[in-house]
Amino acid sequence: MATITPLLPPAAGKVSDDKASAMAALESLLAIRFFEEAVDGMFARGLMHGTMHLSIGQEAVATGVCAALRQTDFITSTHRGHSHCIAKGADLTRMMAELLAKQTGYCRGRGGSMHIADAKTGNLGANGIVAGGIPIAAGAALAQKLKKTDNVVVSFFGDGATNEGAFHEALNLASVWDLPVIFVCENNKYGMSFSTAKSMKVEKISERAAAYAMPGVTVDGNDVDAVYEVTKQAVDRARAGKGPTLIECETYRHKGHSKSDKNLYRTKEEIDFWKTKDPVGKFETLLIEKGIISKEQAEQITENVRNEIRNAITEAQSAPDSDPAELLSSVFRAVN
Amino acid sequence: MSERIITYAEAIREAIGQSMESDPSVFMLGEDIGIYGGAFGVSGDLYHRFGEERVRDTPISEMGIVGAAVGAALVGMKPIVEIQFSDFTAHAMDQIVNQAAKIHFMLGGELSVPMVLRAPSGSGTGAAAQHSQSLETWFAHVPGLKVVLPSSPMEAKGLLLSAIDDPNPVIVLEHKLLYKTSGHVPEEMYKTPIGVSKVLREGKDLTIVATGVMVSRSLEAAAQLSEMGIEATVIDPRTLSPLDMGPINDSISQTGRVMLVQEAPKHVGFVSEIAARISEGPAIYSLTEPVKRLCGMDVPIPYAPQLEKAVVPQLPDIVAGAQELMRGV
Repeated sequence: MATITPLLPPAAGKVSDDKASAMAALESLLAIRFFEEAVDGMFARGLMHGTMHLSIGQEAVATGVCAALRQTDFITSTHRGHSHCIAKGADLTRMMAELLAKQTGYCRGRGGSMHIADAKTGNLGANGIVAGGIPIAAGAALAQKLKKTDNVVVSFFGDGATNEGAFHEALNLASVWDLPVIFVCENNKYGMSFSTAKSMKVEKISERAAAYAMPGVTVDGNDVDAVYEVTKQAVDRARAGKGPTLIECETYRHKGHSKSDKNLYRTKEEIDFWKTKDPVGKFETLLIEKGIISKEQAEQITENVRNEIRNAITEAQSAPDSDPAELLSSVFRAVN
Repeated sequence: MSERIITYAEAIREAIGQSMESDPSVFMLGEDIGIYGGAFGVSGDLYHRFGEERVRDTPISEMGIVGAAVGAALVGMKPIVEIQFSDFTAHAMDQIVNQAAKIHFMLGGELSVPMVLRAPSGSGTGAAAQHSQSLETWFAHVPGLKVVLPSSPMEAKGLLLSAIDDPNPVIVLEHKLLYKTSGHVPEEMYKTPIGVSKVLREGKDLTIVATGVMVSRSLEAAAQLSEMGIEATVIDPRTLSPLDMGPINDSISQTGRVMLVQEAPKHVGFVSEIAARISEGPAIYSLTEPVKRLCGMDVPIPYAPQLEKAVVPQLPDIVAGAQELMRGV
């Protein structure tokens, strides 16, 4: 088992003003970054098979959002879901084991990168179908309402998902039923290769909230504080029974869509520009500048997270391979 | 004490009502199931008994409805979705096929989707091609879905109670022509097991395996055949996934002849699977005649009553089919 400090909200104000909250957020950003750099490297060396979708460059979205959540809150995630999974508190070893096709992986080797779920931390699953998780999030939120809990559900999805019918059906249901759900769009500008400039006429994806009479806000998705602040407002609103919010987080993926991407649709200048807005370095620098942590503390956190990722890889590699013998008996849950 | 007789629709409503009384996690959602009482009157007074939260009218939004049911099921509720016509499941196929069916397996077994999806199926109402299909094979072909076709009021209640208690997604395809048919239904909550075929009538001459509305039609045909001196066994698989071949194989070993009857089009239909399984097992050595399939024509369901009747097996077709099988033609 390899874990990082669970995210926690600041006592008041910004994440970067509260030492405990800020340090946990930095750990989360680094863990997502190092986890994905590690799997990217293993894939390149032929140590990992299949495909995967990396969120390098987008780490502040999952981190800022999940800092505003409790463990009993739920999320639905996407094909680009490692960040959500880690920020919600998943065990890095079980994630790594899944990617390495091991029996101890979250999906016992049946799902891989695109399908990690973790019931313990309220992660209802990454999803290989664009927008597939959005109606599911609405349903999980409906259940909270029926059960009279004050838990909320966050649905993560990309810009491309907002052109799917599932997005619109789910937002409408959430709106007419005042469901405690927060729709978080990670707008990284491209649905695979197709830019948002070509795929939609609206300037901001958050404008789409107007069609469902819910608040829609656009925020700098590379800024943990900004993401946390709008999420907290949306979560407070949802917990109070006032219904859903659509949050658009503007961000960028440094890597290609998946492992087959040759980046023909983006310029080097554009990618380099966004690297100057790197959310991980930006947050670390902010904390040091504000005197929340020292440079040495930042280095120590970085080293600790690197070690946890190394532990995750070592532990996962030593686990048994996933077992074909149990396949047929795993399709259905046994009836009592 | 005389047997209590209620309709197929009433039997379904009773199963839902009893489940909602005994289990607070059971709720219903679908189009026009509230004050309207359901397009086919199935939900009836449930809205008045259980309120709008648990008998939840939805926008016309099939993918959203099924997705919401999947999400609610994932976190411990037991949703019963009504899709107004089974044809409209086409709108919701991502949630049924890619989500509900796969979640338990694909995500490693920690989560499951105890959802029931009920949908009126089949032709015979003059509603034409987009409101009359028999799509059971679509669902039966997807690992992770259980598929049941209740053929009588008794089965409708018992199978639905099993489906509601099942921790997996269960597709219940009800037949529109059966909603107003009546039969004996016990008042208590009883469960008809999912995955067990039922022998409804035993005869020595041929085995008829029929699904959905073809079950009662085949029983009528068997009664007529009996008057002609032909004794037919009639078997209702009841559950298409998982499929219980035991009683079918046993019967064929006695009769040596089998006729498979379905309303759905013949090409790649569900009974083709039964034929394939017969051919894989010892039952094939008992056959004295080739397997006979009596199915719907490979055309969309047409509107005109004479056309609609022409494309799915009717009572005389089943009688004639059995006679042909006996004559070896």
